[in-house]
Amino acid sequence: MKKLIVAASCALALVTGSLQAKEWTEIRIAFDVPYEPFEYRTPEGELTGFEVELATAMCEEMGAKCEFVEQAWDGMIPGLLARKFDAIMSSMSITPERAERVLFSEAYYNTPGAWFGRESVDVDVTDMDAMKGLEVGVQRGTTMDTYVTENMSGIVNIKRYTTADDMVLDLEGERLNLVFVDYPVGEQTILTRDGFKQVGEPVKLGEGVGVAMRQRDTDLAEQINAALDTLKNDGTYDTIMKKYFEYDIKM
Amino acid sequence: MPEMIAEWLNQNEIFTATTLLHYWGGLVTTVQLVFLSLLLGLILAVPLAILRTVKNPFVSGPIWFYTYLFRGTPLLIQLYVIYYGIAQIEGIQDTFWWEIFRAAFYPALLAFTLNTAAYTTEILRGAIVATPQGEIEAAKAYGMSWLMRIRRIVLPSAARRAVQAYANEVIFMLHASAIASVVTIVDLTGAARDIYSRFYAPFDAFIAVALIYMVLTFALVYGFKRLEHRLLRHLRPVGG
Repeated sequence: MKKLIVAASCALALVTGSLQAKEWTEIRIAFDVPYEPFEYRTPEGELTGFEVELATAMCEEMGAKCEFVEQAWDGMIPGLLARKFDAIMSSMSITPERAERVLFSEAYYNTPGAWFGRESVDVDVTDMDAMKGLEVGVQRGTTMDTYVTENMSGIVNIKRYTTADDMVLDLEGERLNLVFVDYPVGEQTILTRDGFKQVGEPVKLGEGVGVAMRQRDTDLAEQINAALDTLKNDGTYDTIMKKYFEYDIKM
Repeated sequence: MPEMIAEWLNQNEIFTATTLLHYWGGLVTTVQLVFLSLLLGLILAVPLAILRTVKNPFVSGPIWFYTYLFRGTPLLIQLYVIYYGIAQIEGIQDTFWWEIFRAAFYPALLAFTLNTAAYTTEILRGAIVATPQGEIEAAKAYGMSWLMRIRRIVLPSAARRAVQAYANEVIFMLHASAIASVVTIVDLTGAARDIYSRFYAPFDAFIAVALIYMVLTFALVYGFKRLEHRLLRHLRPVGG
């Protein structure tokens, strides 16, 4: 009998919980650290970066208490769906495939993808004949991966990597002719080394980056959209952006 | 039946013809990689196992060290060291070796071969050491030379004792080959990862690939059961 009462009250709590439009006062936000300059740790061990600061400002605007969670990229969406956290602010580009699984806020930034290679590389990346047979590295599952897969399958040999570090190592070891990565990542990890350069023009990709939430949390999405909108208009967004970027990534 | 499959494929958003072809490509790579490394590993392991039982420490010592090294470290580390290590050797990019080691397949094949050869050497050595002394004495009494004893008596008898343990090694190797995907090889696991990241459906992608591994394992288990049946037929009771 006791068990039955417990079970019934649990069920009741679930039903009423999902019916109320919840005022979100505590939000757990996930980042894949490090992904400079969006989220990384300072030498003192403090979590910072463009998205971390934007998230802090957003939570302040919403009047919510935020907890920051670290989660590796592979487990991002599964972790969100398993309720390990409530939102992802880890440079997740908005794509139709992802939108099937998660709910996106309005885009809050967009960076171009860019080609990088050794100094000696001299190739026109828009000329498919010149690109034929080259080894090209991308990070698996990124919008850069989708771009190369859709436009250059069968022309270049695509190698997919889990981390940017492994990819840069293979570019150094001459296993790859070119890599196609998010411009800020390439700027931080490739251009800082000797003997590498950017090749061709950056390519604008996709619909930008949004906050990802569970499909059912439409009330949270409304609050986040409102907060981001305020930040974009009152100058807070621009102040944070100028700290990390010399170019405009605002959307 | 074909219409049913076609219909199911049309309704399904993840397991389309493109996806299945991707899995097929991965299956071919996995089978090639595992089969070649097991074959080369076995060819290496037979002489190594025989020499490992020799009394001279200058012969058996280095082989002991080799098997200890490759059984004492994770295969993933061995693969990383071989794959990334080779690319770091100064000037390797200008030699003909680079033609071989530039792609990910041969570094992975090398790592897998050396690893499975180490385990197989130890399996065979155990079986060789356990050869009944009487069999060897009888062979000596017949005037057989060392080589003939090995060929006619020791190896056939050791193979019978080793086959069960070796079947396990083969299955472990199939599963261990999943780590080839970390060095950009699109094997079965690599294909599953690609499909997962394209559709954001981890469970569908990985459960499908787990089923394929299970089918492969089942085929291996069945094959080894038949082999055991054949090798040990003299031990079966008459009419059994």
